[in-house]
Amino acid sequence: MIKLDSKIPEGPLAEKWSRYKTGLRLVNPANKKKIDIIVVGTGLAGAGAASALGELGYNVKVFCFQDSPRRAHSVAAQGGINAAKNYRNDNDSIYRLFHDMMKGGDYRAREANVYRASEVSNDVIDHFTAMGVPFARDYGGSLDTRSFGGVQVSRTFYAKGQTGQQCLLGTYSSLNRQIAKGTVKIFPRRDMLDIVVVEGKARGVITRNLVTGELERHSAHAVVLATGGYGTVYYLSTLGLGSNASAAWSAYRKGAVFANPSFIQIHPTSIPVLNDYQCKLTLMSESLRNDGRVWVPKEKGDKRHPNEIAEEDRDYYLERRYPAFGNLVPRDVASRAAKERCDAGYGAGDTGLSVYLDFKDAINKQGEKAIRDKYGNLFEMYEKITGVNPYKQPMRIYPAGHYTMGGLWVDYNLMTTIPGLYAIGESNFSDHGANRLGASSLMQCSGDGYFILPNTISDYLADDIRTGKIPVDQPAFEEAEKQVADRIQKIMDVGGKETASSFHKRLGKIMWDYCGMRRDAEGLKKGMELLIQLEEEFWKNICIPGTDKELNQELEKALKVADFFEVGRLMCEDALQREESCGAHFREEHQTETGEAKRNDAKFAYVAAWEYQGPKAKPILHKEALEFKYVELKERSYK
Amino acid sequence: MNFTLKIWRQKNANAKGSFQTYPLKDVSPEMSFLEMLDYLNNQLIARGNEPVTFEHDCREGICGSCGLYINGRPHGPQRSTTTCELHMRDFKDGETIVIEPWRSKAFPVIKDLIVDRSSFERIMHAGGFVNVNVGCAPESNSNPIGKLIADKVFDAAACIGCGACVAACKNSSAMLYAAAKIAQYAMIPQGKVEAKERVDKMVKQMDAEGFGFCSNTYACEFDCPKGISTDFIALMNREFFSSKACKQKHA
Repeated sequence: MIKLDSKIPEGPLAEKWSRYKTGLRLVNPANKKKIDIIVVGTGLAGAGAASALGELGYNVKVFCFQDSPRRAHSVAAQGGINAAKNYRNDNDSIYRLFHDMMKGGDYRAREANVYRASEVSNDVIDHFTAMGVPFARDYGGSLDTRSFGGVQVSRTFYAKGQTGQQCLLGTYSSLNRQIAKGTVKIFPRRDMLDIVVVEGKARGVITRNLVTGELERHSAHAVVLATGGYGTVYYLSTLGLGSNASAAWSAYRKGAVFANPSFIQIHPTSIPVLNDYQCKLTLMSESLRNDGRVWVPKEKGDKRHPNEIAEEDRDYYLERRYPAFGNLVPRDVASRAAKERCDAGYGAGDTGLSVYLDFKDAINKQGEKAIRDKYGNLFEMYEKITGVNPYKQPMRIYPAGHYTMGGLWVDYNLMTTIPGLYAIGESNFSDHGANRLGASSLMQCSGDGYFILPNTISDYLADDIRTGKIPVDQPAFEEAEKQVADRIQKIMDVGGKETASSFHKRLGKIMWDYCGMRRDAEGLKKGMELLIQLEEEFWKNICIPGTDKELNQELEKALKVADFFEVGRLMCEDALQREESCGAHFREEHQTETGEAKRNDAKFAYVAAWEYQGPKAKPILHKEALEFKYVELKERSYK
Repeated sequence: MNFTLKIWRQKNANAKGSFQTYPLKDVSPEMSFLEMLDYLNNQLIARGNEPVTFEHDCREGICGSCGLYINGRPHGPQRSTTTCELHMRDFKDGETIVIEPWRSKAFPVIKDLIVDRSSFERIMHAGGFVNVNVGCAPESNSNPIGKLIADKVFDAAACIGCGACVAACKNSSAMLYAAAKIAQYAMIPQGKVEAKERVDKMVKQMDAEGFGFCSNTYACEFDCPKGISTDFIALMNREFFSSKACKQKHA
């Protein structure tokens, strides 16, 4: 059985990382050339890590399923990236950023990791600026910032509503620089289907070439997963359609422990479902809540046009319930508040499943041009999708599945429980507790990739300088490839009638209904039963046209959906054992009189880390106790 | 709504492709263009046929994956709109819609509507970056850049690398794509240092990939879903010629 060791260093919080770093072993430049590293995923974390490792002189192989690393889903992040620069003189600091993240995460994250993420945030901004990322600037030429939910300072750097795109393109440029130098080799259009473990260490991956269908073996001295989150478990989510859990899940099946799977963020401001064929919900950035006011009609079922509803007939429920933070409460709070109003019958639109996000006051005060400058692309995007002009009437929004705080368990070195296998960015669990604050994912991904992993991984690789190339013709690779080939054969052989998307949609509905914004014990058990039934049906009736030896998008989808049944079950299992409400995890049974999340610190101040025991067996729960020395555990109030 | 779809089908890079006609009924005007194709694919699969293969991911106009040549226009009839952002309400009921992949020698077809855009990647490998290592960065505000320039830089940097500019151009020129990156860096102090070498290398690679020259029809700007201006091509040309002049002087 696995024993969790978080390896959190001793010493005062603010000095942990700098002291620990100095003690880490190095690999000298001549030896780095003898070491291979695989990085899977080319978002901010993966492309950042690959380029930083390439700069150091390692041989890096990097994989992505897209045709270009520039299309990884970090590209779609909108609002911004946090850093504790204190450019606004609003008394911001590394400690305050740390504290906001701890509180925002409802005290379910590790102090040491969160502090480190805050600590490197300033370096991240400097590096992006040096690479030419066009952050918004003031007339004098210095960088501008804006506010995000759950904080009272202005520390979010941004590039219109395309901050993720600009940060990713910056990271992509540093990756291209290493590709040109030959330190990094890029393998696009590849799905990673398994991890190869040799004598207990991660030594490679099995990938499928998505154009030819061939299975490939790749070896290395260490493997880094930067494969993002599993929010597409809900089918409808703000994620790209290709986002999936499969790479992380193959690691879980091989013994990497998976932490807090039920902690999944439902973003409050997405464009609502408009038709039955929809496969994607488009996010409207949280930054819009800087100027937009959220409201519903005071009268139940008031179906008047929003512009005809007078001020006194509107309920600005966030401002009413949370006067201190108003429209900028954290995402979990805003999402639940929207659901509460809609469930109570006050929702807007034909379906009653939306609330208004209104810019009228901001436009009157600042003028349309100022609003266009800040959010122009978001307003355009909204109009294209809905056909409604948000300068003229309020947007309609509703919560949607977005970001997974849970992920592969990692220690302070960002290493999973499989030696030599690392997980960075959204694919790990470490920094956001039970709820992530806006603009801190770009920050964490880049920090992990550029500044943290390159230091910690050398300590592990220092033992590998004499290992030599890892051969791919050894039994562990053969077995792993055979397992993958068998699974593909099995899924191709079903010859059923229902498409992967159809199964995915049904699976997503189960997850949304029973393991979504509000959960209870009965529902979670029901959800698990339904998932088992649906999975059985899947293996009897999945339909995949064509062959596996060619570009076959239906096969790609089916392989991902097949993994999601297990992901969903583990999410339910985890949500069921956590008999408390914290952050995005809300159990009906555990709420305060005013309907806020009610934590149980005495019993649940731990990371729930699950160890795989086989496809049908119940996984083993490990608990990593969380210690809080630098923050005081309080009821998280935004009132 | 009902449509007749004429779609380019091609089994793989080596196969000969052809147009196939598919009538499609009961399309909702609320569907996005790609949702309409999903809907078609479901029907094709149900009938035992192979679905139409097309590239897509974010479905919100930012990843640059999707790119279809629709009724003779890259990304279809709406300006400043990617294929995934198009909606069926933008089409007429009963219309015939012709759907092709990008057509360019530098973008060979992989399957159906998917093309190989790795030539774009290689242009970036040639010089689409600032040579700065992790750890070398000065404090962010030590290099002030005025808002007006910063905004222009952003406009250039907004390129999503979809390839519509190439598809729109009768010469299959990639000038707008390359220029956007070259201009982004040439306008700021971080990128200026090596601007001359950069433009030289990127242009050379662009030519090697088989992209054509610019003959100033501005079709690329017109069809660019992000509205990237051909002014950047002028800026690139200036950089390019001054880089040549520098070289001659040194020689």
